[in-house]
Amino acid sequence: MRKQQLFTYYIITKVSFVNNNYYMITLKVNEKAYEIDASIDMPLLWALRDLVGLTGTKFGCGVAQCGACTVHLDGEAVRSCVTKVERAVGKNITTIEGLSLDNDHPLQKAWLEFDVPQCGYCQSGQIMSAAVLLRENPSPTDQDIDDAMAGNICRCGTYPRIRAAIHQAAKTLKNK
Amino acid sequence: MNMDRRNFIKSGALVAGGLLISFTIPGANKMAAMGEVATSAGLPFSPNAFLKIGTDNSITVLLSHVEMGQGIWTTLPMLLAEELDVDLNQIIVKHGGADEAFNHPVYGIQITGGSTTTWSEFDRYRNAGATARILLTQVAAKRTGVAIENCKTENGTVTAGGKKFTYGELAADAALLPVPEKVTLRSKDNWKYIGKSVKRLDAGVKTNGKAIFGMDIQFPGLLTAVVAHSPVFGGKVKSFNATEAKAIKGVRQVVQIPTGVAVIADNYYAAQQGKRALRVTWVNGSAVGISTTKQTAAYKKLAASNGLTVQKQGNASDGLSKSTKVLKAEYVFPYLAHAPMEPLNCTVKIENGKCEIWTGTQLPGVEQAAAAKILGFAPENITINVPFLGGGFGRRATPTADFVSEAVHIAKASGKPVKMVWSREDDIKGGYFRPFVVHNVTAGLDIKGRPVAWNHNIASQSIMKGAANVLGELKDSIDDTTVEGVKGSPYFTSIPDHFIGLHNTEEAIPVLWFRSVGHTHTAYVMETMMDEVAHNAGRDPVEYRRGFFKEHPRHLAALNLVAEKGNWKKALPTGHFKGVAVAEAFGSYVATIAEVSILNGQVKVHKIDCAIDCGLAVNPEGVKAQVESGIIFGLTMALYGEITIEDGKLQQNNFYDYKIARIHETPEINVYIVESDGKMGGVGECAVPPTAPAIANAIFAATGKRIYNLPLMNHKL
Repeated sequence: MRKQQLFTYYIITKVSFVNNNYYMITLKVNEKAYEIDASIDMPLLWALRDLVGLTGTKFGCGVAQCGACTVHLDGEAVRSCVTKVERAVGKNITTIEGLSLDNDHPLQKAWLEFDVPQCGYCQSGQIMSAAVLLRENPSPTDQDIDDAMAGNICRCGTYPRIRAAIHQAAKTLKNK
Repeated sequence: MNMDRRNFIKSGALVAGGLLISFTIPGANKMAAMGEVATSAGLPFSPNAFLKIGTDNSITVLLSHVEMGQGIWTTLPMLLAEELDVDLNQIIVKHGGADEAFNHPVYGIQITGGSTTTWSEFDRYRNAGATARILLTQVAAKRTGVAIENCKTENGTVTAGGKKFTYGELAADAALLPVPEKVTLRSKDNWKYIGKSVKRLDAGVKTNGKAIFGMDIQFPGLLTAVVAHSPVFGGKVKSFNATEAKAIKGVRQVVQIPTGVAVIADNYYAAQQGKRALRVTWVNGSAVGISTTKQTAAYKKLAASNGLTVQKQGNASDGLSKSTKVLKAEYVFPYLAHAPMEPLNCTVKIENGKCEIWTGTQLPGVEQAAAAKILGFAPENITINVPFLGGGFGRRATPTADFVSEAVHIAKASGKPVKMVWSREDDIKGGYFRPFVVHNVTAGLDIKGRPVAWNHNIASQSIMKGAANVLGELKDSIDDTTVEGVKGSPYFTSIPDHFIGLHNTEEAIPVLWFRSVGHTHTAYVMETMMDEVAHNAGRDPVEYRRGFFKEHPRHLAALNLVAEKGNWKKALPTGHFKGVAVAEAFGSYVATIAEVSILNGQVKVHKIDCAIDCGLAVNPEGVKAQVESGIIFGLTMALYGEITIEDGKLQQNNFYDYKIARIHETPEINVYIVESDGKMGGVGECAVPPTAPAIANAIFAATGKRIYNLPLMNHKL
């Protein structure tokens, strides 16, 4: 029963007359269904963090400038801080917590191998952006990495290690 | 360091059973003691532990400093593990809360800053490990009757005769033994961890979303608060109407606090909606007249005259009048916002006369004291929990406890547990900037083009003045954080007549230390001026600098290494040019070569080579990571960093107009560590200073243009 619901865009009840864009919404996050009472205008970021309770996706700017909030919607990278929750209903949402079972995604392994994180705050977003890059382009050049990753800011300046780690993860995937 | 060990190391039993090693440093005084720890005895022991060994064999290291990216989550445990004989990966690492036991061995307050953690804790953490190892060995010896010298520790175990004990098995008894009077630390040849590259212990949780930052604190009943601040910096609330805000679903309460109006809601989105619906009338503060244009003119005027004497030798004006040629330059540096990736936030829960705070802070004790004052509580009733810091760069070390105070006020006024979250706009416009600074330099050259006279004045707000409550009053009104890098510059050793002066200014915009502090501008001025001097003398900039470093071997070592590894003399591709800069900051010596080209009037940085002499590199890979980080921080500052003001209103908002260098702007970076027996320095900040001047000197090589004010984006090259 639950499984069927996950793949349907559905709304249970209106719960407020004052803000009539509030609904009971089911979000499918990392293969799990969560029911939340939210405005359909609420950015997905805050639905994930404040309502679902998954805090791996980060708030950095609120205006799609830094990429810290990057998640996947049906496999596409989106900036969840400007993506209305409405857009995510019925879709498979993947956050950093759901990227792998045990930190064993080739990117996560490469991130450890190259000691990428410093403060670490932006790294969820970096990895989520890189994951889409690698899926679409298994052998990215430096230019490809620049193009795919330019939307993600790292104030600690871990960019050289991010670049090296993406190349490494690409190699790992190729040898699989 | 010469300390009486009995006065600062203490062992004891853990409530839950096991061994605890704690220590306090006797009589460590404040800034004046920099580099030297006072030896007077007599402070009481603290019950707080730096190392806990549980009977369950758990080994927990509590950090007296906080992790904000710089890697001490790994480095401090390395120091301890080296002497304790445990596998580094077995150690559980935690931040200590606010407690005097965690006071900085040099500054005498609890602080993470000034690139001081590793060198200042080098002995303390090793001693804690060694002390525990000796006590554990004593227990094993006693139990087996084997002589201590025949007991062997390895990987968290003691082998005595044919028996092997885990540390956990020995911990409870070890806690009952008196602390040994003498502890011998391992010699360098026997180090297993120190000096070897070790992977970060916090990398795992920072790649799977599990690392908890202040922003991630959650518990039932916790509400989110956002604050409407005055558009004119520092303005106060005259009146407000919250009717519409309160009608927003999810908004719970709207309260006035000293710095604005706080909207408290079920979540951040609702709180932000409430903030937008809020109508506030403001009374402008004294910042109302401030504008960058006016400020530039006023500071230039000030810096054109001699200020308070910072450093003086001979007679600079006589020297200048006798010079064959005089070079004059006026430099302008804007305010800069730290903009750590994690926007400032603070969670506060007040309950039954006690207050618990969760926040990413570099100054836990200061936050504790501020909260105690606001609430009228005793400091011991304020608990400070420090999660990971999503970047700090100095912004999370506010002597006035600005953002924590704001959150405490909200919790107090609302009576609710709240997580106050600043928007990026609140952060960019929040003040506590790197100061706006003007330098005025006149350099007199002799007939051979050698600098023989130098008159140098700096106009800036004082950072330390605003930090008096934390680090003490300034001596003679000279703020070293404004003049460091000019004061004590190696070049003055060979300039007989020189004067360095300082004008302290006052503004309604608060200023703060920003990664590498005064060196952010002083290195730029010294290194671009010396480049100009070298060029005037018709000399190669690397070769020319070497001549000044005869009595400065560590500057020279860094310069030589980078010149060699970075192939200074090698011809570059067409259109590419190089520039060099050298700086000493926080006890480390850094030389940088930047390779650039100019495209469409803008600079493209292709490559940066950097050599560092930091003395012993405890974790060489960690040092390299910090240098890379500093270079990119310096790149952002050089290319984009600028906060401007019009009539008291800060003009920048978010990352679209306060730009941060991105991956496609990041050059190839190569870091080289000088093998050095020199005194240990810090590495978190020192790579920032030479970056911008190396780039500017490369731009000169490419275009013949000298850049006297940053950022570079304002110049058509």
